[in-house]
Amino acid sequence: MPLAKILVAFKSVPDPADAGMSSHDIASKFVINPFDEIAIEEALRMRERGDVAEVAGVTIGPAAVDEQIRAAMAMGVDRVIRVDDSRALDPYAISRILCSLVGREQPSFVIMGKQAVDDDSNQVGQMLAGLLDWPQATFVSKIEFLDNYSRACCTRETDSGLEVIEVSLPAVITTDLRLNEPRYVSLPGLMKARRKTIEVATCEQLGITVQPLTVILSTARPPKRPAGTRVDSIADLVARLKNDAKVL
Amino acid sequence: MAKSLIVIEHGPSGLKRSSLHPMTFARQVGDSYALLLLGHRLDALAPTLQSYDATSVLLADHPALAEPLADRYAAVIAEVACKESAQTVIASSSTFSKDVLPRVAALFEAPMVSDVLAVENIDGVSTYKRATHAGSMLANVRVTSDRCVLTIRPTSFAMPAPSSSLSPIEKLPVDETSLPKGMQFISREERVSDRPDLSDARVVVSGGRPLKDTETFERLVGGLADVLGGAVGATRAAVDCGMVPNDYQIGQTGKIVAPELYIGIGISGAIQHLAGIKDSRVIVAINKDPEAPIFQMATYGLVGDLHQLVPELIEALRRA
Repeated sequence: MPLAKILVAFKSVPDPADAGMSSHDIASKFVINPFDEIAIEEALRMRERGDVAEVAGVTIGPAAVDEQIRAAMAMGVDRVIRVDDSRALDPYAISRILCSLVGREQPSFVIMGKQAVDDDSNQVGQMLAGLLDWPQATFVSKIEFLDNYSRACCTRETDSGLEVIEVSLPAVITTDLRLNEPRYVSLPGLMKARRKTIEVATCEQLGITVQPLTVILSTARPPKRPAGTRVDSIADLVARLKNDAKVL
Repeated sequence: MAKSLIVIEHGPSGLKRSSLHPMTFARQVGDSYALLLLGHRLDALAPTLQSYDATSVLLADHPALAEPLADRYAAVIAEVACKESAQTVIASSSTFSKDVLPRVAALFEAPMVSDVLAVENIDGVSTYKRATHAGSMLANVRVTSDRCVLTIRPTSFAMPAPSSSLSPIEKLPVDETSLPKGMQFISREERVSDRPDLSDARVVVSGGRPLKDTETFERLVGGLADVLGGAVGATRAAVDCGMVPNDYQIGQTGKIVAPELYIGIGISGAIQHLAGIKDSRVIVAINKDPEAPIFQMATYGLVGDLHQLVPELIEALRRA
């Protein structure tokens, strides 16, 4: 029997394509974290293939992230829950919130991007799986369901190449770059998204108290590398590598 | 003195050298540390670990741990961390530790800081420096709980010096029935290469999409790497179009390299790729576009056609 519900977790991040962007306070444009967009796309394809009945989304943030929620809905996500919290939460706090939401939503599995491109921590999926005591498949580039949807066969991208594992469901899956190419949002999709309602929940309503246990004291730009030299020939390059840089 | 538990990684070719680097981190903050090795048939690997001043070398050796499945590994690591009264669990950044350690953090009920680049003691509290936003920002992070889980970037902490005293080896009992069984290992693509490992090579030659196909990539990028005894890397674009396998990818979401010499061939320099090479000592860029962003970071930049310049460079290095 096909699955009832997938829960996709996604985050709003400063647009990585926006040159010069690098932190929330100066970013002009926000987008769905690109890895989470891949997770959304995969969930939608599963629904379109008849593997699952419903694709529910969850994100955490203030009302400002509703723009990215509409974008997710325009892609085709059926409904989205926004956990209303504007604090700078760390992955552990976020995982605990998601854990309580999973308890309420009872999805067949959870899928999200392997990392957010602003924070680059790569933690939430694994932590959530640990808190739930569910299996996990991280950095996934291929998913197939087995044995009447009781298990999933996942190909993972690792430092030494590709690895295949099987996980029993429910599980947490995190997506890598090459799982799919997300669709563009269509105009009819956008119109449809406007009619969908965003469900807002607070930590209090979920019955959970979280505090971030890591604090960012300060941020700074990394030191710039000193300007280099243009060389005009291979002979010049080899001479400099040998005599100046002494790497040959 | 605070105590750390350091998780050591190994593979078909033995211990991963870069996974020993957290010992340098622990020595720097003044922690004592135990080393933990998980797997099956570890006897041959353990003695090497005895000469690094660890309080003990702990072995979780069992057939059920033969493959690094996150649910089983995290359960064992968290249990050992509690038994050892460790405040910190540390490993070197890799796809192994990225998979397993956040799960350990959940079981250990502790926050985690990923990819630590430096640590500083401010008013008696450790402050960790890490990169965010594809390396375009550095954040100073403090942990407010008494336990934490860390991964450190191996290119930022050196290989620890060995000592003459021998740490005791302790074999840990592994109770198979208590291990989670929701994950099963099926297969791994094993590729044999005579080239050095990307993460700790002295020279890295890397190629982008303009290399066009696998054959040209191998002839030019591979050929240049071989004449220099270096490793081969690639951009996301080169991996995405199927020119090279995924484990060649360098950058924000791939591997971080910091070799003595990095040579980028036909790479324009997307911020995500530059995030993975910026700590290289010497950066050489060969690209036909004089405006390519990589030239702003390159120690030496050469503008021109890679199909002509790279064979010329290979030839010049052969003669040299």
